[in-house]
Amino acid sequence: MTAPEAAARRVLVIGIGNTYRGDDAAGLAVAEWIRAAAPPDVTVVRHEGEPISLLETWDQAREVYLVDAVSADGEPGNVYRFDVTAEPLAARLRPRGTHALGVADTIELARALGRLPRRLVSYGIEGGCFATGASLSPPVREAVAVASERLLAELTPGAPPVTAC
Amino acid sequence: MKDHNSDWGGSIHVGALARVEGEGGLEVVVRDGKVTDARLDIYEPPRFFEALLRGRRHTEVPDITSRICGICPIAYQMSACQAIEDACGTVIPAPILDLRRLIYCGEWIESHALHIYLLHAPDFLGYQSGLHMAQDRPDLLQRGLQLKKAGNRLMEVVGGRAVHPVNVRVGGFYRAPDRRDLDGLRAGLDQARQLALETVVWVAGFPFPDFDHDYQFVSLRHPTDYPITAGRVVSNRGLDIDVREYDQHFTEVQVPHSTALHSLLHDDGTYLVGPMARYSLNSGQLPATVMAAAGAAGLGPTCTNLFRSIIVRALETLYACEEAIRLIDAYEPPDPAWVEVTPRDGIGYGATEAPRGMLYHRYQINADGTVAAATIIPPTSQNQRVIESDMRAFVEERLDLPQDRLTWECEQAVRSYDPCISCATHFLNLTVVRS
Repeated sequence: MTAPEAAARRVLVIGIGNTYRGDDAAGLAVAEWIRAAAPPDVTVVRHEGEPISLLETWDQAREVYLVDAVSADGEPGNVYRFDVTAEPLAARLRPRGTHALGVADTIELARALGRLPRRLVSYGIEGGCFATGASLSPPVREAVAVASERLLAELTPGAPPVTAC
Repeated sequence: MKDHNSDWGGSIHVGALARVEGEGGLEVVVRDGKVTDARLDIYEPPRFFEALLRGRRHTEVPDITSRICGICPIAYQMSACQAIEDACGTVIPAPILDLRRLIYCGEWIESHALHIYLLHAPDFLGYQSGLHMAQDRPDLLQRGLQLKKAGNRLMEVVGGRAVHPVNVRVGGFYRAPDRRDLDGLRAGLDQARQLALETVVWVAGFPFPDFDHDYQFVSLRHPTDYPITAGRVVSNRGLDIDVREYDQHFTEVQVPHSTALHSLLHDDGTYLVGPMARYSLNSGQLPATVMAAAGAAGLGPTCTNLFRSIIVRALETLYACEEAIRLIDAYEPPDPAWVEVTPRDGIGYGATEAPRGMLYHRYQINADGTVAAATIIPPTSQNQRVIESDMRAFVEERLDLPQDRLTWECEQAVRSYDPCISCATHFLNLTVVRS
């Protein structure tokens, strides 16, 4: 890929989470994995999920991959993939809002404001333990590897298309 | 009472009242057409911050307490620094105090823009949420986000990042920003000032329910400035005390229905803190430009209509933009960026104006710098009583409203206080019980 092609691709991986809240750090762990192995034109960002700066982070990007921990009444370690370019995240993955908008609300806000990238894919890793000070639980640690491999495959030019998992 | 009320079956239950921070509920009891009780039930578990501070180093307090709130971390850092420095007898040089005021302006802009555009304006315009408003009126949300961005940028440049800034320390800042860094904010703040002015005009045109009240307002008052980072504690009923005298005049009481302590004035009970109180007690300190905008928005020197607090927030946003510009234009980097705060046995007091009201901290420090005791009284904790008494009066005047309308208006009313239940301990369920 030439430099202009790489620049035009403007691919961004955003890992969202909090290192100090157990499985909430899953998105950050995937971001580190991708940073070590991704094609050079892929930019990797760690993010706390604050909505306005999240919008600004992806404003200049064409393809964006969000990776975040979710709590969706499933098994810890489940990996979900949604192409949210054309439709919202599933309701069960949308947290109740407080002062701060959640990632799902931020995606919908961006859609309403015409600020969605050309492609937006969201990976969710089902967490089990979000305790303060905890590290990743064993099933989520395994899921980080699984999600990272799938995302890496998706980021690699010429790779077969990834379908929902 | 109109006939349709007899079909209510005794109670109104509203799911989560979103767009407030935290978890809680509001129950209003009606007997024989009269409201007999209104309780703000806060059932979010207490977070024990005061206990976990014990034994920690005095230098750790600002960063630990800032984690109480992701919306107003600077308020926690500033009240904490002030109290620790008071305990240690440290005098902070004026340039550091100015830089503290500057970063606090960023938090006011960020927090007020969030509340106005995403949390409260949708109530007035009939939208379920800011998201629904964005689908119809993306231009409005873009304006709100642009305004908020100016606050975020200010926090990032001075504080290192927009949420839970890392550059604040006891005694000052780890690193003073360069002049050039602050000059880079100037254009964004000029634009934000214009957006804030447009916001004042916009919100002033909202339909406001008729709900004026003779509040006991409490806020800080500073001899020369609109209160943000310092001042005496004053009220519109004669209170005028140094922050060190706070405990002699205020008391915290436990109630069964709330995990957050209620704060009361010893001699005159219930009081209100926040933008309405600040404005009503200090509008004389606002620049002519802001007061001209207030006049054009139909506000005099005080505001006693709870719902019009959204106009006050817009005016304070305008002020924060102007104040930030003034501080940046006069900026000389403090050198050194922080002063040593040597621990000693003692008690220190601090109070600053968080976006949603006065935030009080008291710390007892040991000679080795460890914290022996901590007391933190956030604004929402102080407003719980007035929310309850307001809701009694508010519902009583609206008993003939259909259930869903009453629910809507109660939610709108509660959001007027911008309650941060996370700070006070923490979605609100509204139940009206009739018998």
